[in-house]
Amino acid sequence: MTPPSAEAATLGSASAIDRRRPSFAIGPIAWLRANLFSSWLSTAVTLALAYVLVSWTLSFVNWAVVNAIWDVPGTGQQVDTSACRAARGEGACWALIGEKYRFILFGLYPFDEQWRPALVVVIFVALYVISAMRRFWRKELALIWLVALSVIGVLMWGGVFGLPAVEQERWGGLVITLILATFGIAFAFPLSILVALGRRQTSMPAVKALCVVYIELIRGVPLISLLFMASVMFPLFLPEGMNIDKLLRAQIAIILFAGAYLAEVVRGGLQAIPKGQYEAADALGLTYWQKTGLIILPQALKISIPPLVNTFIGMFKDTSLVLIIGIFDLLNTAKTSVIEPAWQGFGVEAYLFVAAIYFVFCFAMSKYSQDLERELDKGRKR
Amino acid sequence: MAEVVELGKVQVRSAVQPDAQPMIELRKVNKWFGALHVLRDVSLTVRERERVVVCGPSGSGKSTMIRCINRLETHQEGEIIVDGIKLTDDLRNIDAIRREVGMVFQSFNLFPHLTILENCTLAPIWVRKMPKKEAEELAMEFLTRVRIPEQAKKYPGQLSGGQQQRVAIARALCMRPKIMLFDEPTSALDPEMIKEVLDVMVELAESGMTMVVVTHEMGFARTVADRVVFMDRGEVVEVGPPKDFFGNPRSDRLRTFLSQILGH
Ligand SMILES: Nc1ncnc2c1ncn2[C@@H]1O[C@H](COP(=O)(O)OP(=O)(O)OP(=O)(O)O)[C@@H](O)[C@H]1O
Ligand SMILES: [Mg+2]
Repeated sequence: MTPPSAEAATLGSASAIDRRRPSFAIGPIAWLRANLFSSWLSTAVTLALAYVLVSWTLSFVNWAVVNAIWDVPGTGQQVDTSACRAARGEGACWALIGEKYRFILFGLYPFDEQWRPALVVVIFVALYVISAMRRFWRKELALIWLVALSVIGVLMWGGVFGLPAVEQERWGGLVITLILATFGIAFAFPLSILVALGRRQTSMPAVKALCVVYIELIRGVPLISLLFMASVMFPLFLPEGMNIDKLLRAQIAIILFAGAYLAEVVRGGLQAIPKGQYEAADALGLTYWQKTGLIILPQALKISIPPLVNTFIGMFKDTSLVLIIGIFDLLNTAKTSVIEPAWQGFGVEAYLFVAAIYFVFCFAMSKYSQDLERELDKGRKR
Repeated sequence: MAEVVELGKVQVRSAVQPDAQPMIELRKVNKWFGALHVLRDVSLTVRERERVVVCGPSGSGKSTMIRCINRLETHQEGEIIVDGIKLTDDLRNIDAIRREVGMVFQSFNLFPHLTILENCTLAPIWVRKMPKKEAEELAMEFLTRVRIPEQAKKYPGQLSGGQQQRVAIARALCMRPKIMLFDEPTSALDPEMIKEVLDVMVELAESGMTMVVVTHEMGFARTVADRVVFMDRGEVVEVGPPKDFFGNPRSDRLRTFLSQILGH
């Protein structure tokens, strides 16, 4: 390399004075010009898309708000939905939701007792919020969960503290979805970690083989077939007189299914941890479980957050498949709510309503995972 | 590339007592990776407070040998006895030895999700069952000794390579090991950071630590080593005090190696 000449050195130091960035390159106008109107073709595409977007939005607003029917005369069997029928295609029939939201949210749960599932939903949401806050990530959190889940059990089943008993067949709606998803994740996630660790156990071939077989077997079949097996075949293997209820069987099927998928996600994370981390932990004398719990998993799970949450979200929505074995989850109650002759044909409104509920939960998960990732990154990067 | 680092120290005096006990004994150790014979009848005794530098060409088995000492690798034949404990498959023996042997790696291997302080207190708390407060005081003491107490709250990713390697040394020292193993601790560092790490190692040597150091820093070997070991193709070819080792190499292989590494 040739040494820089004296001239170059002076020039260099003179131009080192900061100049202000030219103003035409910043601001919203500049952004628009650079990204949307940079050439005649790009301008044409922008305008065409803008037209489509605006006209669709307008017609949706017309349908969902301007021409919507919010109320119809009568209720129950005597309801008169002729106004809705007249507006079919031009306006949404939100009267359906006003009439049926209790059924969609709580299914066949006794009407006067529906405050109980409503409270359960609130408890679930509170649990999610508390668990999401890092300052509650302590041992006590497990206790909180235990207490909350017991309270939920008492509220749903009743039969104690003067609460009338409600058999499980009558549960339905959002509560079922939340139960299946929450217990599903709460059990499938730890299971998947154990399976992922087991699959890497080269020194224990039996454990490894078991984990591989589990993952491949479960991943190889659709969830629907697992649910069918759980509802139809599983009871055949039980001893005479013993009966595990349908919801529990579906729950187990969901846990096993999600566990296999999550295990592969976790394994991916484990694979990304450099060998040196294991060696450093070994050299310090940490035991296998200390090494795994303190060094490997915290790093592996952190890098797995996006695919983990992806799987959680998929699982939350897949709970809706239980409708094929006759469990009344949120989607099934929505579907059932438009079965009466008076309400037939208003499925779109019912599905939009539950879609919005699904969206709120899934979007919250997604948003939270992004925040968590950012939070965990803070200060750790150069 | 050796000799570039001036340690600015005269010879560190040997701390080995005449009646010193052997701390590490390798007797006719053999190891294979599959069919590849990487350690061939390696025998070596390191006495208490002795400082042994190991050098040799790439692939000669230096890392493998040093990693057998704390059982990051398992040997297939021969005996390894560390601090009177024989290395067998018995997990209790392995744990016992790893508690007494500290190791510093070429690539630092700090735990990136933990702060510098947590990196240092982790093993004392979990392995030695030390109370957290005490472990933190100990960690700060060693971080001060490696001259980075002010970085305690930072994460490894925010430190330079030289600083990270000094933290790695402090982390190992926090377990109060009787033996320290170094596997090319400065090879991954930019030249300007090599000295700060070597200085810390020289201080450690002065404090009387038993050390086995794989390195190509011949300046370090000259000033610090009691004995220098030359390995080639899985064998210990020559062992001797630095004066003889560098001044009067007996084997052709060592002469060739020295001429290459010292650039004559
Ligand atoms: N895990 C492994 N599996 C198979 N072969 C290995 C493994 N580790 C090392 N080897 C081989 O063993 C031999 C000795 O390797 P080792 O790392 O001990 O050499 P080294 O002297 O430390 O070399 P370097 O100076 O490059 O670090 C080499 O031929 C290497 O390719
Ligand atoms: Mg090596």
